[in-house]
Amino acid sequence: MRISQRRGAQVAVAALAAGALLTACSSDGSGEGGDGSTEAAGGDATCTNEIVNPDATQVSVWAWYPAFESVVDHFNETHDDVQVCWTNAGQGADEYNKFSTTIEAGSGAPDVIMLESEILPTYTILNSLADLSEFGAGELESQFTTGAWSDVVSGDSVYAVPVDGGPMGMLYRADIFEEYGVEPPTTWDEFAQAGQDLRDAGYEGYITNYPTNGNALNYALFAQNGWTPFAYDPANPQEIGIEVATPEAEQVLSYWKGLIDEGLVSTDDAFTSDYNTSLVDGTYAVYLAAAWGPGYLQGLSDADSEAEWKAAPLPQWDTNDPTQVNWGGSTFAVTEQASDKQAAYTVASELFGNMDAWELGIDEAALFPQWNEALESDFFVNKEYEFFGGQQINKDVFLEAANGYEGFSFSPFQVYAYDQQTQALFDMVESGGDAATTLQTIQDALVSYAQQQGFTVK
Amino acid sequence: MTTSSAAVDRGAGPVTTGERGTSSRRTASTSTIDSKRQWWGWLFVAPFTVVFLLFLIIPLGYAFWMSLHNKGLATGGESVFVGLDNYVRAFTDPVFLEGLLRVAKFVVVMVPIQIGLALLCALVLDTLATRLSKASRLLIFVPYAVPAVIGALMWGFLYSPRFGPATDVFGLFGMTAPNFLSSSMIFASLVNIVTWQWVGYYMIIIYAALRTIDPSIYEAARIDGANGLQTAVRIKVPMVSSSMVMVVVFSLIGTLQFFTEPTVLRSVAQGAIPPDYTPNMYAYSLAFSYSQFNYASTIAFALGIFVFIGSYIFLYLTRKQSGLK
Repeated sequence: MRISQRRGAQVAVAALAAGALLTACSSDGSGEGGDGSTEAAGGDATCTNEIVNPDATQVSVWAWYPAFESVVDHFNETHDDVQVCWTNAGQGADEYNKFSTTIEAGSGAPDVIMLESEILPTYTILNSLADLSEFGAGELESQFTTGAWSDVVSGDSVYAVPVDGGPMGMLYRADIFEEYGVEPPTTWDEFAQAGQDLRDAGYEGYITNYPTNGNALNYALFAQNGWTPFAYDPANPQEIGIEVATPEAEQVLSYWKGLIDEGLVSTDDAFTSDYNTSLVDGTYAVYLAAAWGPGYLQGLSDADSEAEWKAAPLPQWDTNDPTQVNWGGSTFAVTEQASDKQAAYTVASELFGNMDAWELGIDEAALFPQWNEALESDFFVNKEYEFFGGQQINKDVFLEAANGYEGFSFSPFQVYAYDQQTQALFDMVESGGDAATTLQTIQDALVSYAQQQGFTVK
Repeated sequence: MTTSSAAVDRGAGPVTTGERGTSSRRTASTSTIDSKRQWWGWLFVAPFTVVFLLFLIIPLGYAFWMSLHNKGLATGGESVFVGLDNYVRAFTDPVFLEGLLRVAKFVVVMVPIQIGLALLCALVLDTLATRLSKASRLLIFVPYAVPAVIGALMWGFLYSPRFGPATDVFGLFGMTAPNFLSSSMIFASLVNIVTWQWVGYYMIIIYAALRTIDPSIYEAARIDGANGLQTAVRIKVPMVSSSMVMVVVFSLIGTLQFFTEPTVLRSVAQGAIPPDYTPNMYAYSLAFSYSQFNYASTIAFALGIFVFIGSYIFLYLTRKQSGLK
C-alpha cells in the first residue's frame, strides 16, 4: 500500500526538486519527457523529435533547454551523417538523479548530456564523462569566454562544451525606485543604504530577497568577494582543499545577516510560488539575477504589466576593482557510455555551434551564449528587450559581466555541499546564529564528509 | 499478509461463511483430493510468485549484497567488500539515528491521533443510519482517494504564508498566522497532512468490521441497561480489536517509512525539512543525490530491521486482540 505511494512520490519528487534546484536558464516549463523514452539510449532510442535522415548515426541527447526542439531540428536538417535523438529527462536534479542511476547501473545513459558547469566535477570523479580533448576539443578554446572555458577544462582535459552562461546583474523596479525617490545602488554599501531609504520613504516591500536555499546564488555572492572554497584537480582526484569559512565569506554573510536583522531583506525560499509572486508583484524592489533571469521573470505567468524593469550591473564591494560572477550556466558533455564518441562530440560541439541555432536560443529561450561569435554578434549585442522598455541589457550589463568572469572551482560533491549550506543558512536566519559559526558549521560538515569519502583534505 | 487476510475475512461476511464451508468439507475429503487441490493452487499463485521473486526477493538480495560493499568517491569507483562495516556506520550515524528518532516521535504522536479519529468517526457513523451518514462516510474517505503527492502539494499551498487561508482567518481575529512551514511548526503541519490523508481509509476498515457485529448483541446490551457510550466502549471496540490491530500495524509501518509528504513539502520548505528528515528520505538522497548507492542500501536495510522489530513487538503485545495467537 505504502509502496505504491512511495513510487508515485519519487516521480513527483523529481519533478518538484527540479523546480526547487533549478538554476540554469529557465523561462518556462518545457515538457517533461516522462514517456519511457529515457530508457532507450544509443542507436535505438525513441526520440521526442523527428529524425530527418534515418540512415545516419543517431546520437541520443538529454537536455532541458526551453524551445530546444527547433535547435535539434535545425541540426538534423543540416547534418547527413549524424542525427540527434533528443529526450527531455527533466530539469536539474531530476536529470542528474537519472544520470547517477545510469552510471551506477553501467547502462542507460545518453550519448550527450546537458550538465550545469557546477556539477561537472561530480561526474568527472565518477569517470563518467569522456575527455573531449581526444577529439580535438582543445582547439575550441578561443571560441568561448575565458570563464566558461575554465569551468569545463582541467589541465589538458576538456570535459564538456560550454553552451549558455549566467553572468550576474541587478534587475530592479525602476518605477519603485522612482516613486520613493531612491537612486539604484552601484555598491553594496549603497545597496544597504537604498534599502533603508526605501523603507524610510514608506515602501512596504523588501529591497530584495536573500533565499537560504539560493545555493548557486550564494556561492556567486561569496565569490564576488574573492571566495574560493574548493581546490580540486581531477588529475589528482584523492585530494581536495576545503576553505568555506574564510574572512571573505564571513564579510558577505554578515552583511546579509545585518540586512535581514534590520528587516530590509526577506528570506523566502527561492523558486517557490510565494517567491515567484513576490518577484513580480513589487514585494522585492531588486532581483539579483543571472543573465537568464529576465527570461525567468518574463515567464512568470502573472508578470505585472505596469512594472518597469531595468537592468544594471551587480553592486560591487570595490568599484575600483569590480569582480564579475556567474550563477548557473550549462554545457554539453559526452558520456563514457556513448557508443560512438566521435559522433557524440560532433553533436556536443555543433548543436549550438552556429549562428542560426543561437538566434533560436536567444530569441525563443532567452539563453545567454558563451560562444564568442554569438556573444559578439550585432544580433545579440544590440538586441533590445521589450520587457525592459527597450533597454539593450546585453550591451549595458551582461556582456561585461560575462567577459569579466574568470571561472570557479566546484567540489566533486556539490549537491551535498549545497544541501549543507541551505541547512546552515536556514538555521542562522531562524535561530539567529552568526555568520562565522554558520560558515564553520558548513566547513566542518564538508571536511568530515570528504574524509569519510576517502579524500585527503589539504 | 496474514493480518490483512484475517481482517478481510472478518470484515466481509460472505467470505467468512465461505471459508467455514470449505473447512468443514475439507475434514471430510481424502488426502489425494487435498494434494491435487494444492497443485492447482500453485498454478494460480505462480504469476504472483514470479513477480514476487523478480521484483522483490531478487532486488532485496541485490540490495543486501550492495550494503555489504562500499565505494568511496575518492577511491576510483572500486567496489570493496566491507562486511558489516556499513551497518556499524549506520547504527552510529547521527543523521540516521536522528531520523529514526524523528519517525519514532511521529509514531507516538501520529498513530494515536489517526487511529483515535478513525475509530471515533467509525463509531459515530455506525450509530447514525441516515442518508447523511453515507455522505459523511464518503467525505471522510475522499482525502484517501487523493494521491498523497497531490495532497501534500495542496497542503503546501494551504500552508503558504501568502496564498494560504490561515493569514486571512487569523487576520479576522486580529492575530498573525503561525508560519506552518517554519521548523517549529513543520512537525505539526506534517501530522495534519498525514492524518487528513489516512483517517478515512482506516475508518472504512473499522467501520466494515463494526457492520459485521450481530445486532442482537446490542439488543442484549440494551436489555442489560448499557447506554450508547457503554455499548461503544465495552462491546463495539473489543469486538473490532483485530481490525484495530491491523490498522495500527499499517499506520506504524507507514509512519516509520515516512517519505512522500515531507519530500513533497520540502519543495516549499527546504530549510525546515532537510534532505535527511526521515530515514527513507536519507536513503533516497544518499542514492540519487550523492551517488552513494551502497550506504543507501544499508540505510534501507537498517530501517527495514527497525520496521520489522517494531511491528513484531507490537503484534506480539497485541496477540490476544489480533486473534493471531
